[in-house]
Amino acid sequence: MAILIDGKTKVICQGITGSAGATHTKGCLGYGTQMAGGVTPGKGGQSDDNGLPIFNTVADAVDKTGAIATMIFVPPPFAGDAILEAAAAGIEVICAITEGIATQDMIRVKAVLNEYPNSHLIGPNCPGVITPGRKVSGEGATATFENGCKIGIMPGYIHLAKEDASTGKAVGIISRSGTLTYEAVWQCSELGIGQTTCVGIGGDPVKGLNFIELLDMFNKDDETDGVVMIGEIGGSDETDAARWIKENMTKPVAAFIAGKTAPKGKRMGHAGAIIGGKDDTAQAKIEVLQSCGIHVTESPADIGSTMAAALGV
Amino acid sequence: MKIHEYQARDLLADAGIPVPSGKMVQTIEEAEQQAKVLFDAGNTKIVIKAQVHAGGRGKAGFVKLVSSVDEAREAAKFMLTNRMVSPQTGEDGLEVKRLLLAAGVEIEKEYYLAITVDRTNNTSTMIASAEGGVEIEAVAESNPDAIHKTPMHPLLGLEPYQARQLAFKLGFVGKQVGQAVNIMMRLAKLFISSDASLAEINPLIVTPPTDEHPNGLVLAIDAKFSFDDNAMFRQKHIADMFDPAEENPAEMRANKFDLSYVALDGNIGCLVNGAGLAMSTMDIVKLHGGEPANFLDVGGSATEEAVTEAFRIILSDKRVQGVLVNIFGGIMECDKIARAIVASAKEVGFEVPLVVRLEGTNVAAARKILEAARSEIPSMTTATDLADAAKKVCAAVTVAV
Repeated sequence: MAILIDGKTKVICQGITGSAGATHTKGCLGYGTQMAGGVTPGKGGQSDDNGLPIFNTVADAVDKTGAIATMIFVPPPFAGDAILEAAAAGIEVICAITEGIATQDMIRVKAVLNEYPNSHLIGPNCPGVITPGRKVSGEGATATFENGCKIGIMPGYIHLAKEDASTGKAVGIISRSGTLTYEAVWQCSELGIGQTTCVGIGGDPVKGLNFIELLDMFNKDDETDGVVMIGEIGGSDETDAARWIKENMTKPVAAFIAGKTAPKGKRMGHAGAIIGGKDDTAQAKIEVLQSCGIHVTESPADIGSTMAAALGV
Repeated sequence: MKIHEYQARDLLADAGIPVPSGKMVQTIEEAEQQAKVLFDAGNTKIVIKAQVHAGGRGKAGFVKLVSSVDEAREAAKFMLTNRMVSPQTGEDGLEVKRLLLAAGVEIEKEYYLAITVDRTNNTSTMIASAEGGVEIEAVAESNPDAIHKTPMHPLLGLEPYQARQLAFKLGFVGKQVGQAVNIMMRLAKLFISSDASLAEINPLIVTPPTDEHPNGLVLAIDAKFSFDDNAMFRQKHIADMFDPAEENPAEMRANKFDLSYVALDGNIGCLVNGAGLAMSTMDIVKLHGGEPANFLDVGGSATEEAVTEAFRIILSDKRVQGVLVNIFGGIMECDKIARAIVASAKEVGFEVPLVVRLEGTNVAAARKILEAARSEIPSMTTATDLADAAKKVCAAVTVAV
């Protein structure tokens, strides 16, 4: 298995006619994702370049396609509304790629989402979620895959399905960062460690699924042998997760915390990556993680090898 | 985004929160006039404060309490004609262009009141303490029980009962309670309606008892605000308060091209895509004995022109003795970065060692472009992975030093 999504998951794109939405709909289709259509209010009844149907509302799209997942590329002022529209239409996996949503909007969205316990929000400001498919043919960026599901902007080809992994092992990956996630995935794949599902939870202070909820899903997933957790400065998400891991996790966890050299009070790109108090620093987080039995690497170049050692491969 | 103290005071006053009377001035003459107005109104002391974002004003002599128009004039002259040097400004100091002149108020007791985004509870939280006027971090350290946190409802905001509870916890008595509750409720409304990320009143004070006000008056003396950059599209009134003179010029230049840049103290320039990877690249440089000169995230959708501008910004920092490019292409295509490197080499020239590590989308095409241009960029080395790249750039800079 995997978590959240698999090769059969039907996906729509909200904002399918915008340039990012169109580009990444094509990218997801190319990876083998079951893209079923998209939503752009006012363009219902048309088709996109790939021949996918466009709907005026998410409710229409769900009704006609049976989609249970969405990928949101709607511009920031309207993205909070797009998330709530998806939840109201019964979408189970809402992946908000949009960067730059106002925090007060997300606070309201998060509160309303409590009314929809079956809807899981991933992001915003995230690369998305992927359950890697098996490789069919080709090498590197030109390889083709089947039975996977990529919802988002990550390069699909760096991922490795468990069935294709030389070690026979696969891990779940949870990360607050985008490209640093790719780095971790790539290092694992190079070492023959596959991935069941990789989730970019996003770099904003108020977001959907967080480390603990996803760790719980990976803990219960039979196929997942361990978890890589990528955190960064700011907030207490990683230390909260570490305490949960100590109490509940039955699988090895490897971790890296970015921002050891970040100065206090300076926002490092992500809205959430800013050192406020002394518990926000990378060093403070690393110490808590280590005390909870997590395999922490100090070097971002050793994420894969740290996971390998923890798995005993 | 941050604003000046006088702007924060105006926001509070507009929201109906009582502040001592005062005004921002820009010349010595205006300062003199305003001082006269305040003394004529019956104030016996007025406070003059330099309006800069940097801290350490008091110790630098840029906050003064005066009791005559002549003293006010001298203080204003000093502040407007000298640069302010504090531990937060660097050696060159800052030019002061604006002063705040406000009525000096007698203080019976000081409190701390703030609202900030609370990521743990996914809402906004009011923070208050009866130990005001000092660094709140110091209170949090020495006496955490003295800090009261009240999460606001994400949809309803602060409720009056919450404000009352807080006012009683802080020890307000008699007519002070109603005044404190009023200030809390109005501050909470202002926080939400202005998309603030921090609203701080420090100190919130009570004045000594008088016949007219036997419990004194509750007033906001100093205020600090910062705002959510992502919400400025709907806060024109706030966005207009932005003062570019308070920002690092290189960071401002980067902003124009949607680059996220933070200047640091080291000598290895870094160009990376993605905030997490950019921080990690700084970390690994340090791990191998180097010092990063900057954080620079070119983002996912930067144009070739923006990437070239990024190189210009990095290379305009004279301390930079080596440059590390680390790209993991996702949305960003590696070949775009490669073309920008070649263009920058022609335009600006890489006189310092350049180490390039590319992986991800279109990496094969990118490697071809760099290989073809190798003779034009003699200072360039390519790296196979992140560790290799960090080692190479640190070694190159050590040799250069």
